[in-house]
Amino acid sequence: MIKKVINFGYAVTPDRQIDFDANIHDICKIVAVAEPTLNLCISCGSCAATCSAALFTDFSLRQVILLVRRGETKGLEKEISKCMLCGKCQLVCPRNVSTRNLIIQISKALTTARP
Amino acid sequence: MTFDLFVLPFFIGLLFMLAVLFIKYSRWIAMMKASDRIKAGMALFSISCQLKTIREIFMESLLHRKMFKRNPLLGYMHMSFAFGWFLLIVMGNLESRIYSGGHINPPYYPIFLKFFIHDKRVLPFEIFTLPGFFRFTMDLLLLYVLSGLVLALFKRTRSKCFGLKQTTNHKRFDRWALTSLWLIFPMRLLAESFTAGIYRGGGFLTNTLGSIFDLMLPLEYLTYPAWWAYSTMLGIFFVTLPWSRFMHIPTEIILIFLRNAGIKQGKYPGSFSEIELRSCPRCGVCIDVCQMNQAGLKGSTAVYFIRSLRDKETNVQLSSNCMMCGRCLEACPVGIDTLGLRVGARSVDNKLVASDFSYLLKKPVVEKTAEVVYFAGCMGHLTPGVIRAMLLIFKNAGIDYTFLDEEGSVCCGRPLKLAGLQESAAKLVKENTTKILDTKAKIIVTSCPICYKVFNSDYKLDEIEVMHHSVYINNLVNDGKLVLRPMDLKAVYHDPCELGRGSGIYDQPRNVLKQIAEVADVTEERVNSLCCGGSIGEISMNATQRNMIRDGALEILCVSQPEILVTACPLCKKTFDSGNAVLVKDIAEIVAESMILVNKDNIGVEMETQKKVEYISG
Amino acid sequence: MGKHIVVIGAGPAGLETSACLVKLGFNVTLVEKEETTGGHLKKWHALFPALLSGHEALETIQKRLNSSVKIQSATDIISVEAVNDYFTVTGHNGWQAKADALILTTGFQLFDARRKEEYGYGIYENVITSADLEELFASGKPMVNSHGNKPERIGFVHCVGSRDEKVNNLHCSKVCCITAVKQAIEVKQMLPDAEVFCFYMDLRMFGRHYEELYKEAQEKYNIQFIRGRLSESTEDQVGNIIVKVEDTLLGKPLRIKTGLLVLMVGMEPAAKTKSLIRQLGLKQVPDGFIQPVDEVLLSNGTEIPGLFVAGACSGPKSLADTIADARSAAMAVADFLKK
Repeated sequence: MIKKVINFGYAVTPDRQIDFDANIHDICKIVAVAEPTLNLCISCGSCAATCSAALFTDFSLRQVILLVRRGETKGLEKEISKCMLCGKCQLVCPRNVSTRNLIIQISKALTTARP
Repeated sequence: MTFDLFVLPFFIGLLFMLAVLFIKYSRWIAMMKASDRIKAGMALFSISCQLKTIREIFMESLLHRKMFKRNPLLGYMHMSFAFGWFLLIVMGNLESRIYSGGHINPPYYPIFLKFFIHDKRVLPFEIFTLPGFFRFTMDLLLLYVLSGLVLALFKRTRSKCFGLKQTTNHKRFDRWALTSLWLIFPMRLLAESFTAGIYRGGGFLTNTLGSIFDLMLPLEYLTYPAWWAYSTMLGIFFVTLPWSRFMHIPTEIILIFLRNAGIKQGKYPGSFSEIELRSCPRCGVCIDVCQMNQAGLKGSTAVYFIRSLRDKETNVQLSSNCMMCGRCLEACPVGIDTLGLRVGARSVDNKLVASDFSYLLKKPVVEKTAEVVYFAGCMGHLTPGVIRAMLLIFKNAGIDYTFLDEEGSVCCGRPLKLAGLQESAAKLVKENTTKILDTKAKIIVTSCPICYKVFNSDYKLDEIEVMHHSVYINNLVNDGKLVLRPMDLKAVYHDPCELGRGSGIYDQPRNVLKQIAEVADVTEERVNSLCCGGSIGEISMNATQRNMIRDGALEILCVSQPEILVTACPLCKKTFDSGNAVLVKDIAEIVAESMILVNKDNIGVEMETQKKVEYISG
Repeated sequence: MGKHIVVIGAGPAGLETSACLVKLGFNVTLVEKEETTGGHLKKWHALFPALLSGHEALETIQKRLNSSVKIQSATDIISVEAVNDYFTVTGHNGWQAKADALILTTGFQLFDARRKEEYGYGIYENVITSADLEELFASGKPMVNSHGNKPERIGFVHCVGSRDEKVNNLHCSKVCCITAVKQAIEVKQMLPDAEVFCFYMDLRMFGRHYEELYKEAQEKYNIQFIRGRLSESTEDQVGNIIVKVEDTLLGKPLRIKTGLLVLMVGMEPAAKTKSLIRQLGLKQVPDGFIQPVDEVLLSNGTEIPGLFVAGACSGPKSLADTIADARSAAMAVADFLKK
């Protein structure tokens, strides 16, 4: 359910908390079907540690996966577009998450859902 | 008389087919890139190109040389249909000229000659007379094609005898087309035999059969229907051809011509891809060689992928499930660029994948210039043993080198290319090219075949020579800068896909390894080498499936029970290592262990002799 | 009673279970492939959580052994056969015995850290394993790096060879987390001025007094815990190990130089355990350890009557678990042989 923001005539500072029920979880559902290993991630951070793009940017696949799961997908298209698909993350993941396909599926889902 | 109603199914079918082919081919040629059309135009006027094309058409489309190499029985079967039918048409045409006084006849005349002409002459030394020679030859050719048909039927049940464990599972439409093809020649045999049975105008085969039929069957009633049946089978075959697998017959010829004109697949699907898609005869030879069989993904093999593209039944799984290893390309008798087709399909499937590398706009700074640049690549950093070995080799040989990506770097771009994201890859290529050129080096050495391949294909590196580390090491050894001492080891060498089939480098790593260890042969090596399963070209396979492929490859590699498996790719090394079946090392590592230390002061670290480790327990 | 029991493997489990069985009046032969008994406990300096002496613990266990236990040392078992209602056990040196009941206490082996090439064990001098560190503690030698200097910063890497599909060990080895905390404390005791960091995915402080030890590590010894799994390590010009990890709780990649990196290697089934599973046709389970009939209610029995297991060969265990398991195995055997 989307909370309706009532227009009082002045701006209300949004809070920082993740309102899980207010968030739309479509991306997570789509990606979980397209790449089921999304569910295996334990957020250990090996992917982000080895990431080639992390040398130059803030990109963290661990964080992207967490945000997708929490439904906090605003602005995520920009983050995920930083990936070079080099495959180091897939090689170090202890849970055998197919990270490259996951990135491709998340990117496609985001571009489709928020054109 | 030179016309009868029964020729109509054949004639109309033929005209229809030619019209459709003309429209389709014209459309594709019109849609080709301008540069490609120029190439094709120039090739038309090039005698050498024409000769090359004719030779290839003769050797492959007719004689099926590549098929013969794979399995003689398979080659004979395909050849008998192709070459046999071709000769029937040619000889039939010549034969018909005898009877029509050299005039040009309507196309159906030679096909149905025995209906129109009943040459009852009994000729002495028949085979040395012109009509007698033709009578004999035509019957012999018909027998030749029929022998192939018998084999084709036999192949339905015993494909193993033809070297094929699995054959293509055809769609219903293809099965109808195949049935019509198979019925053409038996119908011809019946029609000609029945006619010979009545009029005695046939050759050794048709006359004999004719006499036998005459004893048993009422030939006066059967002959005309037999000719109708023959014509109808031909008609059905022609009418279905543009949409069946047999479209490859005319299209293959166009493909060979265009290929010889220097036209290749582009980064995105285009006319040439359309032509390649229709050149696939669906022979099924690519099925057995595809290692995805071991992962239960038989449906993604090249033949089904190509079919799905052509029939516009695209399925993302089919294009994303491919290790891009090139084994199907190697096996394909038509030489279809299956890898290019997959990348093309992926560029369509992954259109929505966004890439923003604006973070690379900052000018990269290069610390050091040197003669030799070493590039470990993304994967290389996960095999520090290889990096350490290379640095020791450089130091020992006294090379002035710089380790370009010591602190990590931008990816070489090939993984993006293989995923169909060409524009994104180009941005990474640009960044790395600047960095490499700034080193002002003479040679760039990389220990990753994936990087090596893209450096050669996409990077404009001016005068800098690109080398894979196995080739560089081979040169060092040949130049005397590295001296290797033999170690008491039983080894096998694995050709990485990107280095072997991908770049044609098979001998240099072996030359080096043979000076160190006893190298046993592997049944599938060099152009037939197996993919490790690690593949950066594969997108959607899960770990279990990859592991099945890896284990299948390890089984074959370890048949001779080697003590060590040597490869030349960090991804292959990590993949095989995880299989825990045998000790795996890169060629650089084994060289570093075996090389005689010359520049000991240069090398800060004492080298200990590597103890051999038993990974398999129990 | 006259019944003969053979116990294969004279580590803590084998020693304890033999001691109990002999007290119950059985005839016991304890077989060991090495010259001396004690298994991995021989090489362990101090035990968690109270930092008791491993050497003393082993002595205590060995003293419990009655002299009537026959110890068959330096004998590697090459075959075990179940024949009707007894077992035939054969050693590599030709030694053979008939047993009315058999207990497997073949234990574990440590993960070979060279398999995790990107961590640099065997490649960089200053990368060692927890076992190497324990040996160093036991030897009484000073802790120095490859250049002979005291390391200023020591890093501990959790989960090496455990919880890792890439090396085919999905299981958690249970005791490495508490061992890391223990060793971190011991390092600080040896080198009070050094900084100690632990890089973990999760901190499994499940046992009694474990959480308290963790708190002590933070409070008293200032040991820093960073949640992030190492992707790789590299070496600088002077041999320091540079660790590449993501500080997941902060969400940023972290680069940190250590003078010494300790890899907490996990437990795998011992080679003998694996080969006996195959030989006896026992149920094969993905983690490779022996699967008892019921892990909760019958944790010492197997599907072969008369064949029992105790200790780490049926899954990673602490020493306390092992002793308890060994004693319960003795009861299970006694029960079986009564019939």
